[in-house]
Amino acid sequence: MNAPVYNFAYLDEQTKRMIRRAILKAIAIPGYQVPFASREMPMPYGWGTGGVQVTASILGPDDVLKVIDQGSDDTTNAISIRKFFAKTAGVATTTETAQATVVQTRHRIPETPLKAGQVLVYQVPIPEPLRFLEPRETETRRMHALAEYGLMHVKLYEDIARFGHIATSYAYPVKVNGRYVMDPSPTPKFDNPKMDNSPALQLFGAGREKRIYAIPPYTTVVSLDFEDHPFVPYRHDAPCALCGAENSYLDEIVTDDKGGRMFVCSDTDYCESRQLAGHRGSQNAAPYKERVHG
Amino acid sequence: MATIAELPPGFAGKVLSAQSTFRSVMDAMARPGSINRIAPVAGTPGAMMRGTAAIALTLFDHDTPLWLDREMAGSSDVVTWLKFHTGAPIVAEPSICGFALIADGGALPALERFALGSNEYPDRSTTVIIQVGDFGAGDTFRLRGPGIDGMASLQARMQPADLFERLQNNETLFPRGIDVVLVADDAIVAIPRTARLVRKES
Repeated sequence: MNAPVYNFAYLDEQTKRMIRRAILKAIAIPGYQVPFASREMPMPYGWGTGGVQVTASILGPDDVLKVIDQGSDDTTNAISIRKFFAKTAGVATTTETAQATVVQTRHRIPETPLKAGQVLVYQVPIPEPLRFLEPRETETRRMHALAEYGLMHVKLYEDIARFGHIATSYAYPVKVNGRYVMDPSPTPKFDNPKMDNSPALQLFGAGREKRIYAIPPYTTVVSLDFEDHPFVPYRHDAPCALCGAENSYLDEIVTDDKGGRMFVCSDTDYCESRQLAGHRGSQNAAPYKERVHG
Repeated sequence: MATIAELPPGFAGKVLSAQSTFRSVMDAMARPGSINRIAPVAGTPGAMMRGTAAIALTLFDHDTPLWLDREMAGSSDVVTWLKFHTGAPIVAEPSICGFALIADGGALPALERFALGSNEYPDRSTTVIIQVGDFGAGDTFRLRGPGIDGMASLQARMQPADLFERLQNNETLFPRGIDVVLVADDAIVAIPRTARLVRKES
């Protein structure tokens, strides 16, 4: 029996042309959500069908692909997407940020600064930043057309009125190139400053919602805030328990049922490369103690 | 016996050639004013340059109405080649086209005649592909905008000489506007609607 043969990078050529045209318009209008005819992919919605379609449309045989899920190269979603493209496009894959030419990400931006020539592809669940404030697409579209973003500021103000500070901690709205308010996908707001003036091209794909948008390199991306309540990136107040990093985004890991916890880098590649370079945190396993006796 | 005129070929390897061409166009669009090369080779009917032909094979299909300027439309080779290889419908009205192919920049119609998109759907606008003389010679254009670290400089010998002046309307119209791709043989430069001319040096 013959195994099914797919086109390079799975998608058919007509689909790629359609997505490629959408990507070009998205780059030309930074932050604007370009509608596209999203296809069914061999994975459920919510698993990165938008990001996968964007990646499939840009990927070439010389690319080196890295896929991260919440900063980790080793989770189910990251591994399955990486294997998907290794199988359908035969591309080289890596976990090292610096080695990759295309990085597909779910909800994190790598700690290692991105370089010119790299492309960061975000998987986006809800691309419309105004959707939870205004459910009608016709209305949000008009609000974007008129640059009428008062409602978003009201939402941030209500955060301050209720909690005393802007409590939005992820999917924190940004304004791109002084015009479009954009959802940076559910990345922690810790990552928002990395979007600003990045040398890398950033592409966003929302499969279920059928939208593609982009931030070209060297583009201003401003997190919305107020003069008296400026934007503050949030980070747990602790060093990484494995590599001791003081400036990386941390995941909180509950270690027992007595309130024990540890904080570790969410970016596994960053954490591992720091450990290789000799940085140690408070809870590193000591390899010599793990040696088998005898 | 009837002689059969040979149609210039498309890409030898469709899939990877289209991918490579797209990446050049994407990089060009993401870095306005930078010169990108298109490596894949295709046949070039009539006045069509290598870069234009590759872009056509990469981005055009039945969903993209095309508008051709007089020089392109006047060549039956170009029209037949486009129809055979891309299947894109050729329209007479520039305001409904997705792409416009311009061989003679001197006769470029007023940009307002192309599709500018709407404020709700600014993406429904024409990408104008203009074939020009040469990059690296002629006037120098200093550009700024998204995709440009500080200021970009583009040296081009091209018609229309006042293209950037005419594109200044993009600033008023934004988010509506026209995106331009300049082609000189296998080299391309993209001028998306966000690019602004700072100054021109002759």
